[in-house]
Amino acid sequence: MEGVWQVGLFDRFRQSLGKTRELFTERLASVLKRRKIDEGVFEELEEVLLSADVGFATCEDLLLRLRRESKRRGLESADELLPVLRGAIVELLGDSAAPVAESADGPTVILVVGVNGAGKTTLVGKLAHMYRAQGKRVLLAAGDTFRAAAVEQLVAWGERAGVDVVRQKTGSDAAAVIFDALQAAKSRGIDVLLCDTAGRLQNKQHLMDELNKVYRVINREIPGAPHEVLLVLDATTGQNGLQQAKVFREAARVTGVALTKLDSTAKGGVVIAVARELGIPVKLVGVGEKIDDVALFAPEDFASALLSADK
Amino acid sequence: MHVFDTLSDRLQATFRRLRGKGRLSPDDVKEALREVRRALLEADVNHVVAREFIDRVQERAVGQEILQSLSAAQQVVKIVSEELTALMGGEQSRLARAAQPPTVVMLVGLQGAGKTTAIAKLARLLKTSEHRRPLLVAADVYRPAAVTQLQLLGEQIGTPVFALTGDALPHDIVDQALAHARRAGNDYVLVDTAGRLQVDSAMMEELRDLKALAAPQEILLVVDAMTGQDAISVAQEFHRVLGVTGVILSKMDSDTRGGAALTVRHATGCPIKYVGTSERPDGLEPFYPDRMASRILGMGDVLSLIEKAQATVDEGQARELEQKLLRNEFTFDDFLAQLQQVKNLGPLDQLLGMLPGMGRMKQMKESAADTGQLKKVEAIILSMSREERGRPELIEKSATRRMRIAKGSGTQVKDVNQLLRQFGEMRKVMKQFSGFGKGGRGAMKGMGGMGPFGGGMKGGPRDFAPRGGSRGKKRR
Repeated sequence: MEGVWQVGLFDRFRQSLGKTRELFTERLASVLKRRKIDEGVFEELEEVLLSADVGFATCEDLLLRLRRESKRRGLESADELLPVLRGAIVELLGDSAAPVAESADGPTVILVVGVNGAGKTTLVGKLAHMYRAQGKRVLLAAGDTFRAAAVEQLVAWGERAGVDVVRQKTGSDAAAVIFDALQAAKSRGIDVLLCDTAGRLQNKQHLMDELNKVYRVINREIPGAPHEVLLVLDATTGQNGLQQAKVFREAARVTGVALTKLDSTAKGGVVIAVARELGIPVKLVGVGEKIDDVALFAPEDFASALLSADK
Repeated sequence: MHVFDTLSDRLQATFRRLRGKGRLSPDDVKEALREVRRALLEADVNHVVAREFIDRVQERAVGQEILQSLSAAQQVVKIVSEELTALMGGEQSRLARAAQPPTVVMLVGLQGAGKTTAIAKLARLLKTSEHRRPLLVAADVYRPAAVTQLQLLGEQIGTPVFALTGDALPHDIVDQALAHARRAGNDYVLVDTAGRLQVDSAMMEELRDLKALAAPQEILLVVDAMTGQDAISVAQEFHRVLGVTGVILSKMDSDTRGGAALTVRHATGCPIKYVGTSERPDGLEPFYPDRMASRILGMGDVLSLIEKAQATVDEGQARELEQKLLRNEFTFDDFLAQLQQVKNLGPLDQLLGMLPGMGRMKQMKESAADTGQLKKVEAIILSMSREERGRPELIEKSATRRMRIAKGSGTQVKDVNQLLRQFGEMRKVMKQFSGFGKGGRGAMKGMGGMGPFGGGMKGGPRDFAPRGGSRGKKRR
């Protein structure tokens, strides 16, 4: 996975954040211009965090840490608060970016799950390209057998990335497609099998049951698999992201979050709440529609971009 | 579990606390409104919108003689409710129609908002409900297979789709589609556009160009109901560049609390015209602001439920049930019949969410929404004697009866106990329904948990008649 975090990618991400960032930095600057730390400073920081979709409870937690730390260190000037806040965010996110799991022997199976429109198929396409670029043998499984043209969409990505797609007709059993793909992956000596799934709202019990079945099929066919279950979270999602993480984890043992559409003006702060409350780390970020617009998640960079104190 | 659920829980909890006091100090009002703010934020209402909302309510609350009033809680609720309704928009609005057909409708929004799905549903709605002849236009040339997706959906709903192969640009596609529609006599032209970020100036320019070309009567912004704080900048920017005329709120069948609805409405001033309620082609419904506001306040979307129920439930049975509710004679037999009818109504989780008071009954919702659990409940009821079904108190009083029922249904005694408890809760809710049915304030007073909301609701108790209420029919 080395080298995936290409130089320039983060800059692009930051650029794309530029627009709101201006407003954001402006606001923060106005907060920090005050010489002394007072209630007003905390109130404005609260607004900043809330507007980043951090959520009420996590925001309270962060501010509490900030207050405690500020008292402990005897901080007086408001602009000393920002690095502390950034540190607190990184702490909640987990200090190190957890690597995407790989299987020691046999194919690494990555299951990609999430609600409708989160960007699962696009992410699978990008990951296919990424692993291909690393010289891996990659296979895709078109597990979204529900949405019209989802299979065709994945096939188009497969062509772009130069990898095969195991598929059946729309309307067929998703678990059966995945089963076929697992057999193919084993017999063809595939390194990475990426399994796309249909978008589903987490409150639809029957769809979550279906996903659980897919999970169990994978687990039965290759012990230890899936090695990674990525919940694709749209950065524009609000607090419902937390509920998504909770329920998808129950159905499919989610091991990491892929935060997509981070090139939008949304800041994706709900992942802080997800990490804080559920301990699920963020592993990948999607920052555009192009095939190489995917990167490993870096908590420090994320927190910096969120608060953008550095320039 | 469903939109605004926890918000209503929270408001109810807050106002229960207020209710006990009778007289309110300014601090009380403040505390209550702090809870309201928190609830709004947790529901993803934009924090600026939430603050303005709170300020407005506070202003009105303090301005009134609320401190002297004995029904102060009612007054606060009334204000919150009215302001919320005002924020959600006035009456439900319909799709515009061009004086000279075809009427052009453009759908725009972020990636993954649900434009393609929504536009197919819209076409189906126009076709089946209004007997129109819509033409779908595939102008998303960027996302892989987006055109194919629309073509497949068009096939499903039997509606023509205009698409160009090759490297045609959206401008040319729309241009030719309009000419085609005029020739073919299509009265609606529905243009599906590619998802884009509102800050992508080149892509926004493309939309502006399409607007100039097609002069659409409607530009509908599709917004994911699960959107967070950023909904405000998305809505504002699309509106600024294009002059949006309405909103479609997608994925409303999720368990999001859907504060984005408030935000988007506030940011654009545009009505929310439709909501997406399933992945099926018929999952597009009109948006009723007053219902949504009452749902926020924990009254449940009673009217929607009634309409849905009327469409499915046998009229005679319903009348009988209503009589029973009025007399508070709801038995396990009725419960069983209800369960069987409810199965025909559609997804349980959706339905239960529409019922008032369900917000507080987490356990019941969760267990009832689980179909495995449903079977269990059926088994337990079927293991009761006829007499027991009519008089649940017999079972409540007798441990041996409970043991027998558990044995007979292959369940545990604790399952039986749980069902009894839930049934008791349900009866209470039913009683509240029947209170509405009688109409008038007298009946409202007796409504335990909903007391404070009774006097405060805009249209008064008649709005929530259990069935046959005039409003439900008028809307069709």
